[in-house]
Amino acid sequence: MQLLTPEGERVAHPHFDIDITPDELRGLYRDMVLVRRADRESNALQRQGQLGIWVPLLGQEAAQIGAGRAMRPRDMAFPSYREHGVAWCRGIDPTELLGIFRGTDHGSWDPMATRFHPYTIVIGNQCLNAVGYAMGQRFDGRIGDGHDSADAEATVVFFGDGATSQGDVNEAFVWGAVYDAPVVFFCQNNQWAISEPMERQSRIPLYQRASGYGFPGIRVDGNDVLATLAVTRWALEECRSGNGPVLIEAFTYRMDAHTTSDDPSRYRLADELEAWKLKDPIERVKAYLHRQQWADGDYFAEVERESDALAARLREYCQRMPVPSADRMFSEVYANGSSAVSAQRDEFLTYLSQFEQTGGER
Amino acid sequence: MTEVDARSRPRPADGSDPGQAPSKVTIGKALNLGLRAAMERDPKVILMGEDIGRLGGVFRITDGLQKDFGEQRVLDTPLAESGIVGAAIGLAIRGYRPVCEIQFDGFIFPAFDQIVSQLAKLNYRSQGRIRMPVVIRVPFGGGIGAVEHHSESPESYFAHTAGLKVVACSNPVDAYWMIQQAIESDEPVLFFEPKRRYHEKAELDLTATPVPLHSSRVLRRGGTATIACYGPMVKTCLEAAESAAEQEGHDLEVIDLRTLSPLDLEPVHESVRRTGRLVVASEAPGESSIASEIAARVQQECFYSLEAPVVRVTGFDTPYPPSKLEEEYLPDLDRVLHAVEQSLGW
Repeated sequence: MQLLTPEGERVAHPHFDIDITPDELRGLYRDMVLVRRADRESNALQRQGQLGIWVPLLGQEAAQIGAGRAMRPRDMAFPSYREHGVAWCRGIDPTELLGIFRGTDHGSWDPMATRFHPYTIVIGNQCLNAVGYAMGQRFDGRIGDGHDSADAEATVVFFGDGATSQGDVNEAFVWGAVYDAPVVFFCQNNQWAISEPMERQSRIPLYQRASGYGFPGIRVDGNDVLATLAVTRWALEECRSGNGPVLIEAFTYRMDAHTTSDDPSRYRLADELEAWKLKDPIERVKAYLHRQQWADGDYFAEVERESDALAARLREYCQRMPVPSADRMFSEVYANGSSAVSAQRDEFLTYLSQFEQTGGER
Repeated sequence: MTEVDARSRPRPADGSDPGQAPSKVTIGKALNLGLRAAMERDPKVILMGEDIGRLGGVFRITDGLQKDFGEQRVLDTPLAESGIVGAAIGLAIRGYRPVCEIQFDGFIFPAFDQIVSQLAKLNYRSQGRIRMPVVIRVPFGGGIGAVEHHSESPESYFAHTAGLKVVACSNPVDAYWMIQQAIESDEPVLFFEPKRRYHEKAELDLTATPVPLHSSRVLRRGGTATIACYGPMVKTCLEAAESAAEQEGHDLEVIDLRTLSPLDLEPVHESVRRTGRLVVASEAPGESSIASEIAARVQQECFYSLEAPVVRVTGFDTPYPPSKLEEEYLPDLDRVLHAVEQSLGW
């Protein structure tokens, strides 16, 4: 499914067409440029030793912005660990992502207030959690009749092509189907699970898996923000009206390494990357905005300036992030506290204070 | 993750060239050589895991092995840890000797069910008719500045499960021999590799006779107190012992446990009967841990020799913290020495 070709030409689709205003499309363009810039800056910060590791988003901007902008504030998102673009759409500032990768926290945003669950690193775990949340939405009467009302809700869970091999993900498909859960399974097929290509995970296209579980599956050009937006909006409507779940396979490409610790030159050919560069998610929108005369040079320059400012702000923020104090380690281990953990904390802090008193180096 | 050792292609490691001078290799390289030797010796040995083939594993432990042994002996598996172990069990029933790689400690839990419900119990359930010669390699422990689930020490869960053998290597020589011994074993072995020590080097004599797999070893003799440790903590404890000798004149005995299930505590008992004091060091949380088990057994066996209670120096009973706090979380040289002082001050 595609609505905007890599050359920036609008194509129609009988089921999933979309009315988009110049303002909206400029907004999607700006989103993608800014999240790409934040991603590139964070990648550079890792190279400069400011982050322990970074997980690049490069190439997946359209998939994530399309899906993220299709969501309403009341909808809930369950990300894996590469969903920096979805985070952006949920109102999470790129600075709030840095702590995980700098090692100062395990996620600094408020998952309940933003309706954006903490990043999940163990592959596929979050899919079952998302199904359970969506079951709750259904049990609470947030779908079905009157779904147009402001309190209708659905859930989107994000995972990758590799994750589809995990038991948890397959169980999530079963549970989602059995409980008619209003959940959109949003799979970003970026072609590579670290070094392993798609054929190590599946014989058939991933979206076709859905039919075996009894719900619709659709493949969308994940580098086409309009198509991704249109399909995700449709899928969320299906869920809100009680016809969930839906599987979306956003067909895209991981333009950079799996993480900054990875070296893709060991397992994939540069030609493949070059071919995908021609399908860049941002360039096609820029070409279309130009062609329609919906944006001019001044607009693009303004977005560029804004992205420079964002990068500078990220860099500055990162460099002054404080190291958490040692007692942070012992907090919130249990919801109601633990005298045993508190005792360990006190003992350790006393131990540390000896070094302060003597001025000694640990 | 980082390159482990990309210096050269692995050399044949079958001991057929005793004339060559012993060379220094890393733990990572020693494991690679040990796997290669086991695969050359027995065509039923196959490797399974995520990214272990073309990439050679994220730590490059299996570097070059798929190229030399083919895709049917080094399997880049689907991204499914329960699948890796569950399928390995089936292959073992069929007569293969699978060596599974779990990419990081924190990713072993999807496979936990297969490990504790099937792998550990099939020999028992079949009354010995089904053997489980499966090795599960797990890079474990912290200290590499990683994100969540990449720095854990889950060994106690497996030691707690009857039917599983659990070992941890601490140096290149043990890495080379222990991986081969684990593969030769007809029993399932959880093989823990100290990931932050993968780069540590030592001379490796391929013609040496290895000590048995399930035996602990005294690495440093001393009479003041005994330290029992394993995996990544061994280096820390040896350094602590050197420091204690220089700074305080203490003479600490350091024992590398090597085998966590079964424990080989005779050398520890013998040592404690001489020193009267024991510190057990481990990165894992202390509660219901290997360290707890050792403390319980030693106080039972050596009660009249003990001058002080057994002291445990371990990770805290918290989830593994964000990496900026891992230096505080992990027992370091100072905390080991502090534990020794606690014991001596009793």
